[in-house]
Amino acid sequence: MNPTLNETTAAILSKTPAKAAERYVHIEDVGMQFVTKKGTFEALKNINLSITQGEFVSIIGHSGCGKSTVLNLIAGLLRPTSGNLFCAGREIAAPGPERAVVFQNHSLLPWLNCYENVYLAVERVFGSETKVQQEARTYAALELVGLSHAVEKRPNEISGGMKQRVGIARALAMEPKVLLLDEPFGALDALTRAGLQDELMRIMQKSGATAVMVTHDVDEAVLLSDKIVMMTNGPSAGIGEILEVDLPYPRKRLELAENVQYNHLRSEVLKFLYERHAKKAA
Amino acid sequence: MSAVSINKETLDPPKLEQATDDATTSSASTANEIVLAANEDNTHMKMIIEKIAEKQSRPAKLMPTDMQIKTAEFFKAFIPAVFGILLFLGIWTLLSHQQPILPGPVSTWHSAVELFSHPFHRNSLDDQGIGWNILSSLQRVGLGFGLAALVGIPLGFMIGRYEFMSRMTAPVISILRPVSPLAWLPLGLLVMGAAGPAAIWVIFISSIWPMVINTAVGVSKVPQDYMNVAKVLNLSEWKIISKISFPYVLPYMMTGVRLSIGIAWLVIVAAEMLNGGAGIGFWLWDEYNASNYEHIIIAIFVVGIIGLLLELGLSMLAKRFAYE
Repeated sequence: MNPTLNETTAAILSKTPAKAAERYVHIEDVGMQFVTKKGTFEALKNINLSITQGEFVSIIGHSGCGKSTVLNLIAGLLRPTSGNLFCAGREIAAPGPERAVVFQNHSLLPWLNCYENVYLAVERVFGSETKVQQEARTYAALELVGLSHAVEKRPNEISGGMKQRVGIARALAMEPKVLLLDEPFGALDALTRAGLQDELMRIMQKSGATAVMVTHDVDEAVLLSDKIVMMTNGPSAGIGEILEVDLPYPRKRLELAENVQYNHLRSEVLKFLYERHAKKAA
Repeated sequence: MSAVSINKETLDPPKLEQATDDATTSSASTANEIVLAANEDNTHMKMIIEKIAEKQSRPAKLMPTDMQIKTAEFFKAFIPAVFGILLFLGIWTLLSHQQPILPGPVSTWHSAVELFSHPFHRNSLDDQGIGWNILSSLQRVGLGFGLAALVGIPLGFMIGRYEFMSRMTAPVISILRPVSPLAWLPLGLLVMGAAGPAAIWVIFISSIWPMVINTAVGVSKVPQDYMNVAKVLNLSEWKIISKISFPYVLPYMMTGVRLSIGIAWLVIVAAEMLNGGAGIGFWLWDEYNASNYEHIIIAIFVVGIIGLLLELGLSMLAKRFAYE
């Protein structure tokens, strides 16, 4: 609406001349208020964030700081009470397949098998293609997450990790401009989680997609991200600091464990969460 | 849940019996020694040892066969049922001795044998076989219930999907739902002018509510997660209904359908008793007027058994649609 403001915010954030690719996802002065029985609750205040195309950004913070709200705003599932959000130069007005979401609880439809769950998405996005092409896309997505053997299984017949893989396959099959992950591995055990993190890293390297992930796991954030957005505690939560993760790819979990830079970044996040913005135990 | 626990219980006894044979007569020597060593009063200990013996010497032939397990299960379910029926017949016989005008089981049985030997005879409208009467009742129920499903299920979907519809229909439904089914009959006779359509109308109006309400509840309970998936995928309204709402609501809907058909079958007898014509309810009343008291009891059993069969059939149908 007023390009001058856009350019100034972008310039402040990126400290470089504004380019489309560098403001691929752009959040501008966003505030979010919820009307509750007790009155208005201000969840987010003055959120400004730019995400470059191809970047993997993690949003980390204590529970209740509104990090999922930020994700839902980018997804279009929520509309901000103030400010604007843009994706690839267009305002985010509603949810859509270009911003695919991997939900925390996988949200697979229990009456459809893995194939059908993914196909539902493919059919919607690539409806103009032939049936054969759509089927090929579905199989390819399931193969990418290593589930070729379980296409006919229903969600209640597979493990939690496998369900989350199907959720990822469904999101990737849409070939989204931005992949949004809402604590994708939060409900999984540590070993399964590590395995899936490695795999997500491999997939993201391959596809080069832009991704925003909400997490409360420090290691996960440092391992996967190019940028970590650390949020202050709510109410009226905002972005506290943004940490650039300049570790080279491919990243190997075991090698990184003894990497000085990795450990430094990790302790930076920990300090932010537990020193500067510690939260009293509920 | 209960079916599973029954299975487990019924699995155990035959094994134990065989283990007892085994431990006392033959091969399991170690177990026998322990039995000797154990205090003979300690029967519990013995039980445990027998179980051990069974585990130690487990040749395939000693395992209970599928046939044996099935037989055991059958008796477990069957014997109490037989006992219950015998008790019922006993009380009935006693009552019929106390009050001689009430037909006893024996005379009712003879009458039933005669009645069912030619169920589809037809002399006049008032004198036709019980088969015809049952069929005409079922036909009425089918029509009234079918119409109710046709109207009630889509209505329930709309009420569940749109807040406005829900608020709009709530007052009317709340007032009409508790009305006793037969209160609708005079209105039906008045408007339709004939007994047959009036009975169908009564079934329609009294069996529609469970389907409307259960469907609406199901639709309104579709988890927000699934709706978020629909939003992110940008699914069309038709896809949302066919791939998300409908499969989710199906179990709720089937509960409504079961309740509805139960009500429909309850109502038909009463409606026909008032209406006349043909049908099992009419027949019951007719036989009362003709002083065929055995036939009244037969009619009661027929109504009960058909109601049970309808319920069982729909339960099986509902199970087929359950996705978890």
